Amino acid sequence: MAMTAVQIKEFILQTFPDALIEIKDLAGDNDHFSATVTSKAFQGKTRIQQHQMVYEALQGHMGTRLHALSLKTQVSKE
Amino acid sequence: MSLIFDQIRKEIEANDVVLFMKGNEKFPMCGFSASVVQILNTLGLTFKAIDVLQDSELREGIKTFTNWPTIPQLYIKGEFVGGCDIVREMYQTGELQTFLSDKGIRCAA
Repeated sequence: MAMTAVQIKEFILQTFPDALIEIKDLAGDNDHFSATVTSKAFQGKTRIQQHQMVYEALQGHMGTRLHALSLKTQVSKE
Repeated sequence: MSLIFDQIRKEIEANDVVLFMKGNEKFPMCGFSASVVQILNTLGLTFKAIDVLQDSELREGIKTFTNWPTIPQLYIKGEFVGGCDIVREMYQTGELQTFLSDKGIRCAA
């Protein structure tokens, strides 16, 4: 079963309550999304670590229920 | 699983640039893999492409090995560089080119 943009957002917000999240359904098929996640939690982390943190927030759904999520992470400015 | 890890370790130690992908460099089987192949080709890099679709143990093993849930995965000099999004972002900002030259790997761009 695929995930909706709302569900993706909820998972991410559980781990990053301060996050600004912008999700686009790229193909209109609930299967190919892009997400930009901006949070203070990314401070001091490498880009790989930042993406790993988001994947962890998605609790194993990335690569399974969630087929394609193009990800961009940013550290929020004070 | 440890046999697969050994196999992965051997590949990334023996080859400067290794791309774990779906399909091969001539016929990528997924848009994200194709996108990374295109970037590597644009940079004129010689790389070893490993098709994870040929080996389901490898396909799952590489995800655990890297702690990364998706394919493709790019390794340079034994170091995980990223998947499609990160590689693309690094290429666009020029970071990838800098990274390669820091590692002593020549590229065209």
